[in-house]
Amino acid sequence: MNSRWPYYTPLIILGILAFYFAAGLGQNPAKVKSVLINKKVPEFLLPPIKGSLKGFSNSDLKNQVVLVNIFGSWCVSCRIEHPFLMQLKEKKSIPIYGIDWREPDSTAGPKWLKKFGNPYTLIGDDPNSLGAIAFGVTGAPETFIVDKNGIIRFKHLGPITKDNWDETFKPILKDLRKK
Amino acid sequence: MIIEIGHFSLVLALFIAGLQGTLPIIGAHRNNHSLMAVATPAAIIQFILILGSFTALTYAFLVSDFSVINVTSNSHTEKPTLYKISGVWGNHEGSMLLFALIIAGYGAAIAVFGKNLRPTLKVRILGVQALIGTGILAFILLTSNPFLRLTPAPVNGKGLNPLLQDPGLAFHPPLLYLGYVGLSLTFSFAVAALIEGRVDAAWARWVRPWTLAAWGFLTGGIVLGSWWAYYELGWGGWWFWDPVENASFMPWLAATALLHSAIVSEKRDSLKAWTIFLAIIAFGLSLLGTFLVRSGVITSVHAFASDPTRGVFILLLLIVTIGGAFILFAWRGPTLKGAGLFQPVSREGGLVINNFLLTVAAASILLGTLYPLFIDVLKLGKVSVGAPYFESVFVPMMIPMIAIMGLAPLLKWKRGDFKTAIEKLKFAIALSVIGGLFVWILIDRASAFTSLGMTISLWLLTATLTELAGRIKLFRSSLRESINQLFRQTRASWGMTLAHAGLAIAIAGITASSSWKVESIQIMKFGDQVNVAGYNYTLKHVREIQGPNYKALRGTFIVNKGDDINWVLEPEKRFYTDPVMTTTEAAIRPTFLGDLYAVVGDRDEKSGGYITRIYFNPLVPWMWTGAIIMVLGAGISLTDRRHRVGAPSSNKIPAPGIPAE
Amino acid sequence: MKRKHKRLSFVALGILILAAAASLILFAFKDNIVFFLSPTEITEKFKKNEISPQQRLRIGGLVEKGSLTKGVINRFKVTDLNKSIIVEFKGLLPDLFREGQGIVAEGRYNNAVFTASEVLAKHDETYMPPEVAEALKRSGKWKPTLEK
Repeated sequence: MNSRWPYYTPLIILGILAFYFAAGLGQNPAKVKSVLINKKVPEFLLPPIKGSLKGFSNSDLKNQVVLVNIFGSWCVSCRIEHPFLMQLKEKKSIPIYGIDWREPDSTAGPKWLKKFGNPYTLIGDDPNSLGAIAFGVTGAPETFIVDKNGIIRFKHLGPITKDNWDETFKPILKDLRKK
Repeated sequence: MIIEIGHFSLVLALFIAGLQGTLPIIGAHRNNHSLMAVATPAAIIQFILILGSFTALTYAFLVSDFSVINVTSNSHTEKPTLYKISGVWGNHEGSMLLFALIIAGYGAAIAVFGKNLRPTLKVRILGVQALIGTGILAFILLTSNPFLRLTPAPVNGKGLNPLLQDPGLAFHPPLLYLGYVGLSLTFSFAVAALIEGRVDAAWARWVRPWTLAAWGFLTGGIVLGSWWAYYELGWGGWWFWDPVENASFMPWLAATALLHSAIVSEKRDSLKAWTIFLAIIAFGLSLLGTFLVRSGVITSVHAFASDPTRGVFILLLLIVTIGGAFILFAWRGPTLKGAGLFQPVSREGGLVINNFLLTVAAASILLGTLYPLFIDVLKLGKVSVGAPYFESVFVPMMIPMIAIMGLAPLLKWKRGDFKTAIEKLKFAIALSVIGGLFVWILIDRASAFTSLGMTISLWLLTATLTELAGRIKLFRSSLRESINQLFRQTRASWGMTLAHAGLAIAIAGITASSSWKVESIQIMKFGDQVNVAGYNYTLKHVREIQGPNYKALRGTFIVNKGDDINWVLEPEKRFYTDPVMTTTEAAIRPTFLGDLYAVVGDRDEKSGGYITRIYFNPLVPWMWTGAIIMVLGAGISLTDRRHRVGAPSSNKIPAPGIPAE
Repeated sequence: MKRKHKRLSFVALGILILAAAASLILFAFKDNIVFFLSPTEITEKFKKNEISPQQRLRIGGLVEKGSLTKGVINRFKVTDLNKSIIVEFKGLLPDLFREGQGIVAEGRYNNAVFTASEVLAKHDETYMPPEVAEALKRSGKWKPTLEK
């Protein structure tokens, strides 16, 4: 038994490392920002994009369950999800608020929306990432579900597709609307 | 339809892998031959199924089927065909599929070529390999499925990052994977041996060729990646001690140690527990690398976008696989005592020190790579560990190792004679020391450290050649006899000579390029001339040209040196549209003593000239050449028939005095 | 040599190598742990003499719009929306470097100018380095401003 202990050391070291890795995953910023889940939307105020009159602030997010979608004309994954967002608009499924993130100039966003369509109820222009940081965004597209009381309930990374809409979004929305 | 078949094929493969991972192992335990018989066919079928999946995905890329999310995110109709194919593995999901394919591939290889393996051992190896495969397949199907559809299908895709549209980088992942995923096989060998409770010469003899193959591929993959960085990133750097690079280097160090440890286990019935441990560690480091790259716990320019779910899954896979192996090791390890004894000064002794130094080096790299994570978790701030740490820790450890590398092949097994060995090496020692002094005194800007590097490189080369000379009795009998002997040397011994010599040459290249690099940055107008390292560069003009999916600014340099050199170097700055991206294409001209390296940058509005960067990178071609020779050595060694023949019938410990291989 | 002596000599050599390695590591760590700071933190720490001009540091933030001047030495400002710092970089800016984007630079800081030896930008335009996001949050400046 005496001479067994060296044979146990690898296991012990693995255990210690595993602890750090797990903790590191927990620290992962994508997860840390979802510390915002079940918290009120932080304060922010974004100006309108060029050609619009009204911008978008946290005070717009109340009284109904809505989506907040981060997008940009430079982001091709956003182009992938865009037709689906247009579908949601046609069917009047849910109001979508947009944050136009990191556009290179003030006309890029409006041009893109003009070309592909505008599914948003309100859009905030966010060239300096103030809105994005408020929501803890690490990439685009990202979509948040905000409930009637202005509380963030869910964060989705990447494009919304019919599949993940049916599987993930719909049940959450159904639930939130009941309350 | 094809996509759905590919998807289904993968699910079926998972099922088969599950069976393959359980039934045969139970069968071996209970001596149930029908259960054991499941292994071989299952391994082959599993491979064919995953190959089918992979083909389906490749097909989707080739025909630009944008109804598949993976294709849309990573491809574009305007991409050249080669890069449509390499786009398959140029993303997270596709590369995991490649991972699964290679695991199954190695398993199938054992199933087909492992006829001489002890049946219980073979079946256990296939079983463990399948268990790993199950984990990877489950990971793919649950978190990283490349076969997800997109409706409606867009007209065109996102395109592939232009940096990846490059022959070097296109083949870097497959080579790298054949390498460190190949270490899964040596891992399976180790765990199977632990389950069996038996590590004998037969086992070691079987492990070596597979380790060699994985090592060869891994060397190739790493070097290809470095070479790509060298010509693509625009300033001649080729290694940055970035976490992702370290993630591939640590398994390489472990695999090198394993290769040598297995020799001792095979020939001397010694170091068995250590060899098993290394086999587990090597694959563990591969899995760790996979975890680090894809989970987001460590910041790196290379890391894929982080997804915590994937990170959790890979971590679990890592813990279960390696933890399980270590539990087995703790249980069975003490029973693996070898019978072979040896003196400290002996070939085994040399190999032990070599192993130890390699392992400590790998551990210190691991420490440096993980340190930021530790500090972050302990909430002590955000830090990064820079290249200087790795260099100041790794290089000093390698110097004694390389010194011993030259000496050990001349030591006998069991009881080596230091005096005799040094006597044989006196010419090599003298040459190295003189060479080093020559560099130090006569070459400008040579620091003591650089001279040491060149000394070491020269030492390794001359010592390796001395050893060869000894075997062919050079200068001790007729030239004809020596040439005769040359042809009689085994391929395995050629492998060693080539690998060690290749490393020596590469080290010379590494030392020179790190220490004596010449850099010159300036603004040049058309007709301006600049002299870099003795070469005269004239910027003739800069033109705009059109490529297949990019526009570019191409600069034309005329390079002169004296009367007999008149070369043209044409670097480019490319502007891609899908996705929008700029890349720098350096113009490189290799010469025996170094690379001429030119880059054209932006236009300087004030003067109307262009920012140009011109480098002379000394001995860089030696680095690549040395590495190629190393891989060649591995390849030649693999063709040695003695590696392919099955286990010897007896387990006697061979007498001391047998040659290196 | 007796078996015990043999084992002892190996163990001794092993310990020697480990000790050498450990000292190498500790020594290397001392000079080569590079701290990551935001522009606000760098200015404050420098004022309080907590960091020295010889110390290697990393700075992260957004590249301030309109601040980039290219040349043999590139100049731009990095901001965490609270304070901004001038960065000078004599080297090839990464191809994905753009104004308004999050970047990390490594180098030394001396009284308002950060001389960078390396500028890191990821090969993926949809990525914001996590440390940058966190630094921006720490600066407390995600509160509303109609800054344009």
